[in-house]
Amino acid sequence: MTEAGPDPNEPVRSIRAPVHLEYHFMPGRASSRFLRGVEQGRLLGQRCPQCAKVYVPPRGACAACGVPTDEEVEVADRGTVTTFCVVNVPFHGQKIKLPYVSATILLDGADIGLFHLLQEVDAEKVHMGMRVEAVWAPPEQRKPTLESILHFRPSGEPDADYETYKDHV
Amino acid sequence: MRDVAVVAFAQSRAVRAEEGANEVEILMPVVSAAIERSGVPRKEIGFTVSGSCDYLAGVPFAFVQGLDAVGAWPPIRESHVEMDGAWALYEAWVRLQHGDVDSALVYAFGKSSLGDLPQVLTLQLDPYCMAPLWPDSISIAALQARAWLEAGHDEREMAEVAARSRKAALANPMAQVAQDLTPEELLKQPYLVSPLRRHDCPPISDGAAAVVLAAGGLAREVSERPAWIRGIDHRIEPHGLGVRDLTHSPSTRLAGERAGVGRATVDVAELHAPFSFQEVILRQALGLGPDVEVNPSGGALAANVMMGAGLVRIGEAAGRVSDGGAGRAVAHATSGPCLQQNLVCVLEADQ
Repeated sequence: MTEAGPDPNEPVRSIRAPVHLEYHFMPGRASSRFLRGVEQGRLLGQRCPQCAKVYVPPRGACAACGVPTDEEVEVADRGTVTTFCVVNVPFHGQKIKLPYVSATILLDGADIGLFHLLQEVDAEKVHMGMRVEAVWAPPEQRKPTLESILHFRPSGEPDADYETYKDHV
Repeated sequence: MRDVAVVAFAQSRAVRAEEGANEVEILMPVVSAAIERSGVPRKEIGFTVSGSCDYLAGVPFAFVQGLDAVGAWPPIRESHVEMDGAWALYEAWVRLQHGDVDSALVYAFGKSSLGDLPQVLTLQLDPYCMAPLWPDSISIAALQARAWLEAGHDEREMAEVAARSRKAALANPMAQVAQDLTPEELLKQPYLVSPLRRHDCPPISDGAAAVVLAAGGLAREVSERPAWIRGIDHRIEPHGLGVRDLTHSPSTRLAGERAGVGRATVDVAELHAPFSFQEVILRQALGLGPDVEVNPSGGALAANVMMGAGLVRIGEAAGRVSDGGAGRAVAHATSGPCLQQNLVCVLEADQ
């Protein structure tokens, strides 16, 4: 009798086959312009030549019309909360204290909502139509990433009229 | 069967690395050019289908971003295959057989420069016994080339294909690799992965291609000389390389028979042979004699946009029919390691 080893009749139920592939990131021309703008504290979008909608961040194309969006437009770093959610669930790698608010913000001059954090306000006070402004990282700390905007916070302006953002909810 | 024709084709110039532009930015002018050439208004195209692979960019659902190039609003009828665009074209051809729509846009794109392509392609191998060994795509092709040589061929045949393809590519402004060297000069080059030399392998390319199909009366209305799809079929071989005869391509032979390649004389063939010796295997499988002009575009040895090069073969072959250069053309596309899966399309002008 040999010592008991793996049973040759036992089905193999799993194997380990690690996959590791490295990729370069290529945001494209439009997103590169946007990210370089963010690094300088500016928000650059693009306007569709057909439907005139302004995309922020720009994608180089109007997804609705299928045409290039060549015209660059600078939009404000303030806008209106169109929708939001309150995050109460802890997850791995979380950096922000719970609860916190993620919001879609329609920047003044833009036609596409931008997703970002909302801070310096109690979660239960956040509402649709709330006017908010960007809080930028100090210039020397800005990088080509949306993290160069630390978060948005209430601007103190009166709430926006529902008519101004009803097409974006 | 409903008559369906290729009425327009466009492609980007294949380059090793498209610096700056993302997939959508590469694709958009190509889609626009194909639609414009077709004469079918963009909003009247009945069906849209694409071929691409998320592993190339390493981004899940990367193909959804590709739709930015199309103008998919109001919502369109749309589909996608995680395959070369030639198989997307097959789906479009089937869709047009339904009879309720008369035109289709087919596009494909690949930006292989974002990753290490020979490694990425390892993921298409059997995941249990082969992929964990990480054989790259060139080494796998070299195994096939060795088997083929041992079956009674020689390296000169490979060099002749490479020399002819690269020379033909001098006349193709969309090609990536083009030069005029003799087979003797090529045979003096060192091996890359024996028995393959660099010119036996395809370039790694970034690019995109698009085709517009139209059925029956619409094709005649928008095109002076439509390239009618008279036969199209695709077949696949087993996943395990060890159970296949790598020196022949039975799936190509069968697809060619079903598509009716041998029913009449073939003037020109665009064969998707990423490695030089594979062209010889394909010619034999399709019964193409020495009088058939093969790969006047330079073929995949001159430009090989992953997920697009098969669709480009159909576009190039259709172009030869539509410009009057050929009355009957054969286009072939391949996918997977060692010619695992093959599609054959027969294109004809009106008699």
